[in-house]
Amino acid sequence: MSAVVVIVIAVIAAAAGLAAGYWLPPHGHRPAAERPTAVRRILLPFTGPEISRRAFEAAVRLAKAEGATIMPAFLARVPRNLPLDSPLPAQCSYGMPLMEAIEQRAAAQGIAVDSRIARGRTYRDALRRLLEQESFDRVIISATDSRRTGLSGEDLEWLLERVPAEVMILRPAPDDTRRISAESLAGHF
Amino acid sequence: MNDEPRAGGSPALAGTGAPQRGHLRVFLGMAAGVGKTFRMLLEGHAEQEAGRDVVIGLLETHGRAETAKLAEGLPMIPRRRVVYRDTALEEMDLPAILQRAPELCLIDELAHTNAPGVEHAKRYEDVDDVLAAGIDVLSTLNVQHLESLNDRIAELTGIRVRETIPDDVLGRADEVVMIDLTPEALLDRLRAGKVYPPERIGPALNNFFRIENLAALREVALRQVAEEVGHKRLITEHVVSREESMASEAPQAVGERLLALVEPYPGAQRLVRRAWRSAQRLGADLDLLWVSPPSRRLSEDEERSLAALRQLASVLGARLIVEESDELAGTVAEVARRQGTTYVLMGASRPARGIARLRTPLPQRLMELLPGLDVRIVADRAHRGEDRQ
Repeated sequence: MSAVVVIVIAVIAAAAGLAAGYWLPPHGHRPAAERPTAVRRILLPFTGPEISRRAFEAAVRLAKAEGATIMPAFLARVPRNLPLDSPLPAQCSYGMPLMEAIEQRAAAQGIAVDSRIARGRTYRDALRRLLEQESFDRVIISATDSRRTGLSGEDLEWLLERVPAEVMILRPAPDDTRRISAESLAGHF
Repeated sequence: MNDEPRAGGSPALAGTGAPQRGHLRVFLGMAAGVGKTFRMLLEGHAEQEAGRDVVIGLLETHGRAETAKLAEGLPMIPRRRVVYRDTALEEMDLPAILQRAPELCLIDELAHTNAPGVEHAKRYEDVDDVLAAGIDVLSTLNVQHLESLNDRIAELTGIRVRETIPDDVLGRADEVVMIDLTPEALLDRLRAGKVYPPERIGPALNNFFRIENLAALREVALRQVAEEVGHKRLITEHVVSREESMASEAPQAVGERLLALVEPYPGAQRLVRRAWRSAQRLGADLDLLWVSPPSRRLSEDEERSLAALRQLASVLGARLIVEESDELAGTVAEVARRQGTTYVLMGASRPARGIARLRTPLPQRLMELLPGLDVRIVADRAHRGEDRQ
């Protein structure tokens, strides 16, 4: 009789253990910042091998305040002699490490990141295609980036006129020389 | 004419009367002016001095005096005139070469497109006939003419090369000799008028012959030769161990091929980028695989993530494969065999819960199903700093 009781108790305990194991998050399991519910989306477009740190920090501040997802978007230009759907390994060779650096920095601060890549005949064309496919709540661009990144003043004007989102263009500051590049990557890429 | 058996002659075929296929050596360079034709002529002279019957089947000096001077002393088969749309063009005389039947024939510019009306559309096809006749061939080629590299080089340089040849033409060459020159040295040669006549130097410097273009082309050319060497070595190893490999179901891959396991969620892009970078380093192709449970309905976020993954794969030149199955490990193993995968990359699995903790982890199951395959778990470096604290 007592053996039966012991077996019953053991079975109940095992079942309770399995149920607890299923429902309770395992030890050290980090809340899934990588699977955002994407309440708000902040687009951070870039084209070159580095971005302004001011633009990145502004995006992080806003994302933290609003619980938003940062969406760094690499804009790649397809030369006219190539089909629009061509692979672009040369541009990706600097765009992807920067994307990785941005994701690492943002994720380290607990910000959800969801990257994008867009192609077009010009950077504006790439941005237009991206904006046709997805919606964003904010777009953050540093005006100091204009020349380096290939987004001209006209592009920024176009962005302000056409994009159904809040566009934040950061005013250039003389001492705004801090940038984020692939050099800040943790580990090899 | 020399009556001795040809160097390229196969001992197995000696005395059968069947001409053994000639030996093809290709001098590969990153751009015009690196010295491919010059080196070809030097080797032609050396072979001639060694007693072989050498002729020049086709030479393009591009007006370079040094090259023309070096050709002196080597018999040359005159070009033939071909009239096309009332224009007289000069092409290599293939019938004359075959009739002359030298031991070694020097044929410049392997990627050249012939004028309509001759035997073949492309010069490499002429070269194939020459080789089939048992004549050894020395030829030259610039790396941007290789079909598989054409798009990449157009992206790098902004200039599309029209005359291309299939990669397997180079793959079938018995020897590929890289003629290497630093971009700086090539630019010096260009400025000194050793590559183009004076009126073409300025435009060349402003367009194709920019140092960043040349550096990129040089890297591509060096990588190409390294891959050719690796490819040949792997094929040789494959032949040697054929009996052994017959036991395996998996096709023997030539070179590396990576397979990254993805799911439609934002973190998967990080895995894809890392896999792409590894593929770049290995000079390998990259496939992405998502094993979707049958009839699974995707949420809006997942739809977006899947679209983003497709776009990323397309820009990186990778291929996204979607398979419907409940059996993850078995499906991955099947795709890996089908694709000739040598390397599987995956993210760290989410911690298992409940009875799932008793299952063998996916990497271990894959290693059991695919012995000999490398499996790599890609870490999430975004949290590395936190973990150290």
